[in-house]
This record gives sequence, C-alpha cells and structure tokens, in this order.
Amino acid sequence: MLWLGVAYLGALAALLITSLWTQDDFTGTIQRTWTLDNFRDLFTIDVYRTITLRTIGIAALVTVIDAVLAFPIALYMAKVASPRLQRLLVIAVLMPLWASYLVKAYAWRGMLSADGPLAWVAAPFGLHSPGYGVPAVIITLSYLWLPYMILPVYAGLERVPNSLFEASADLGGGAWTTIRRVVIPMAFPAIVAGSIFTFSLSLGDYIAVKIVGGTSQLLGNVVFDNQGAANNLPFAAAVATVPIVVMLVYLAAARRTGALENL
Amino acid sequence: MSQQMILSSGLRRSLTAVTLVGLVVIYVPLALVLLNSFNTDNTFGWPPESLTLRWWKLAWHSEGARNALWTSIEVAIAATAIALALGTLAAMALRRSRFFGRNVVSLLIILPIALPGIVTGLAFQNGFRTILGVPLSLWTIVIAHATFCIVTVFNNVQARFQRLGVNFEQASMDLGAGRWTTFRLVTFPMLRSALLAGALLSFGLSFDEIVVTTFTASSHDQTLPLWIFQNLFRPNQAPIVNVVAAVLVLLSAIPIYLAQRLSGSTAETMTGAR
Repeated sequence: MLWLGVAYLGALAALLITSLWTQDDFTGTIQRTWTLDNFRDLFTIDVYRTITLRTIGIAALVTVIDAVLAFPIALYMAKVASPRLQRLLVIAVLMPLWASYLVKAYAWRGMLSADGPLAWVAAPFGLHSPGYGVPAVIITLSYLWLPYMILPVYAGLERVPNSLFEASADLGGGAWTTIRRVVIPMAFPAIVAGSIFTFSLSLGDYIAVKIVGGTSQLLGNVVFDNQGAANNLPFAAAVATVPIVVMLVYLAAARRTGALENL
Repeated sequence: MSQQMILSSGLRRSLTAVTLVGLVVIYVPLALVLLNSFNTDNTFGWPPESLTLRWWKLAWHSEGARNALWTSIEVAIAATAIALALGTLAAMALRRSRFFGRNVVSLLIILPIALPGIVTGLAFQNGFRTILGVPLSLWTIVIAHATFCIVTVFNNVQARFQRLGVNFEQASMDLGAGRWTTFRLVTFPMLRSALLAGALLSFGLSFDEIVVTTFTASSHDQTLPLWIFQNLFRPNQAPIVNVVAAVLVLLSAIPIYLAQRLSGSTAETMTGAR
C-alpha cells in the first residue's frame, strides 16, 4: 500500500510538477522554473489540438465498436451456450489475451499489408486492403481490446436472471424489445466497466499506431517522441496530463453507473 | 425451463452466427502469424508460395532474441516476487480496517490499471531520472512492473479474503497459536491458490509489457517485447521476428492451461488483467 501510495502517486505528482518546468534548448537540461508554457503550447498549437481530438475520437470509436461486437458474443456465451460450451468459449476469448500485445498488433500488420490476406480476399471484388493509417489503427485497437469488453459484459449478463427474460416475454415483449428494455439496461454497468479498459488503453496507445498507423500520430506518439535524454520531458509530461484528466473525468462518470464494482 | 429456451430461436441463431464470426476474426490473425513463420517469402506475400523451416532455425540461433528472452524472464520473476510480498501485505493490512479513506484506497488500486501505460511509464521515467537522479536500469523496469503487478496480486488475495472471512484464524488463535504460526499454518494455505493465480497473472503481464518498459529501460536493457519492436521494421530480421511471435502465440496456451488446473475457473484469475 505504501509502495502504491508513495511510489506511484509520488511519481504521478512529480509528473505534474515537471510539466510546469521548462527545458533549456541548448544544453537539454531541465530547468526548474515555474511556467505554464508547455500547456500554452499544448492548447494553442493546432497540431496538438488535432492530435488530441483525433485520439479521443479514435478511443471513443474503438470503445463503441467493441461494445457492439462484444454484446452479442457475451449474450450468446451467457444465455445460449450450454455450460460446457460456455467454459470453452471463456477459454477461447481469454487465450488471445495471453498472446502478446505486440504479436497481435504485428499480426494485423501482416493482415493489412499490401500483398497480405485481406488484400488477397478483397482483390476479386475490386477492393484493396485499407493499408496503414487511421482505419488500420481503429481495426487493430478494436481487435486488441475486444476481450476486455467481452469478459465483463459476459459476467454482467450471467447475473441477469433467466426469469426476467420469461417475465418480459410473458408481458408481450418480443426478443428485440426484451434486449433493448431489459437486458441492455441491466448489462449497462458491465459495458461501462469494459469501456474503461478499451477507452483507456486506446487513449495511451502508441505502439499499435507505429506498427499499423503509417504516418498518423496519436497523443501517445507525442509523449513518446518527447521523452528520453535528448528531448523535452516537461512537454511530454504536459501532454501526458491530457489522458490523466480525460480518464479521471471518465472514471468519475463511470462511478455513477456503479461500474467500478464490476471491474 | 432450460437455458436454451429463454431467447427466441431466430435470435439464438443470429447470436450463434455473430459469435462464430467473432471467433474467426479473433483467431485468423494469430493463425496468420503461425503460418507466416513458415512462409519462404520474407516479405510475407499471400498466399505463401512454399513453406520452409529456415526461419525457425535462424531464430533458434539468434542471440539477440535469446538474450532478450532471458532478460524478460528475469524481470518478470523479480517483479512478481515483489508484487507477491507487497500485494499480500497490502491486502492483509486493509482486511479488517474500515478506516475513512477506504474509497480513496480503492480508487488508488484502480489507477495503475485504469490510466494508460504511457502515463505510468512517463511518470516513472520522470521520477527516476529528473526527481531522484537514478539512472535507468533493469531495476527501474522491475520497480515499474511491480507496481501494476501488485494490483493484480492484491485483487486476487483480497477476493479470497472476502470469501473466507476470519473464523479460521480466530479459531487458530483461540487454540493458542501465535500470529506467525497462524499465518504459516492457516492463512497461507488458504491463500495459496489465489497467490499462484496472482503470480501467474503478474508474470504474464510483466513478460508482455512494452509501454512502461520502453520508458523505464536504459538503452542497453532489452526485454523480449522491446527486441521484437526494434526488429519489426528491419526487413532482414522480419522472418525471425515472425518466428518469435509464433512461439509467443503458442506459449500463450500454457498460462491458460495452468489457470484452468489451478482454479477450475478462469474468472478469478483474470480480474484486473490487461
């Protein structure tokens, strides 16, 4: 507990303080003078504003895609599959989680490459692979974080008693109405819990972007490019406060739905 | 009424279809990595013209990959050991106390897994280099990894404590056992499987971690993910990287198997996984 308290929070606090310092352009040393310059640059330079909005947009889109994909799969696992199949499916979903993150991003580099399988499948239809860029980043991130969404939603749906489905049907609700008015509201906290992972992980990603993103940049790349001995650590710190603030707001909102108990 | 009957048959069929497609999408890219490790073409043209074992042989003799693998294993073992000790202690300390900051503490526990890795990584790099003046080394990686590993151990141990209550330990103390004897003979055996699950998860997380590692590693420390990432874009290394990737895909079956053996269900093992 002390470790977390002192080491982790201490490091976070120090990060915020560093973001208020500045760097000597010639010697590359960090000067401990107080300034808001880093934040001014962050908000006024167009590139950074575009990148920030792009990052949040991609994170939100990835979250929505994952929620839409995960819900039917989780519903199948929780309410259609037999107990035996259920166990197998949980394993099937968990398995790729243990496969290295890097390997999965790399796999999509192969899938999307100009003479890769996707291009090969699409060619007879006169289409081609989306190539490396923002769409590739969205596909890859959605793929990477999908299990993080499936598992909590599955756990949440499993807790919905079967009798509710019957009650809804008895009261004349069709399948679609039951899902929309009964199942989704009950699974909502679980979906929000899953979205914390998908959103946060997308927000800070820069590796997948480097692997399949072509030349496009996200916040993570800006942070990465500014760290290290030769670069501007205070500015990197200022950029890193953006995901911190966004996540704190997100967590505060998630808390109200009761999602944190579902983690 | 059986499980099968609560949804209409049409809906059941569409859910089945979506799930099948989902599983295919999940596994096709992984299968591609496996297949490409045998692809004779070193730019991975599709479909492969012929298959070869050449890359596997080259990868086996690749010194960089082998050294990186050992580094990764060392780091993961060290981080897991620290996390086991501190995570268990933290869970025990928080077990009975109902102090005012409980909510703050629960938020604190979530933070290292809820904030993006890049924030954690940068915070540590800044803490080590700028604030403390410590040069980056293997140990800075271990400390950073241990931080998120503690969370997973803590979660597992705490879940176990909540399920078990304190009756057994009170009985042990009533029968005259001291604190240490009680811990050794009662508490620890009850925690054993939770600790193993936590350790497994910690090891996996640390082994696979790249973002925090990038930020806390010095230029000559190279874990396996760092090695893969560095060699990914080098054309003549690409086939070897692909073999290493294929090996990692195959290895990912081991923890799943162990977790199954351990708990009978993987649910507890996976809490807080990322």
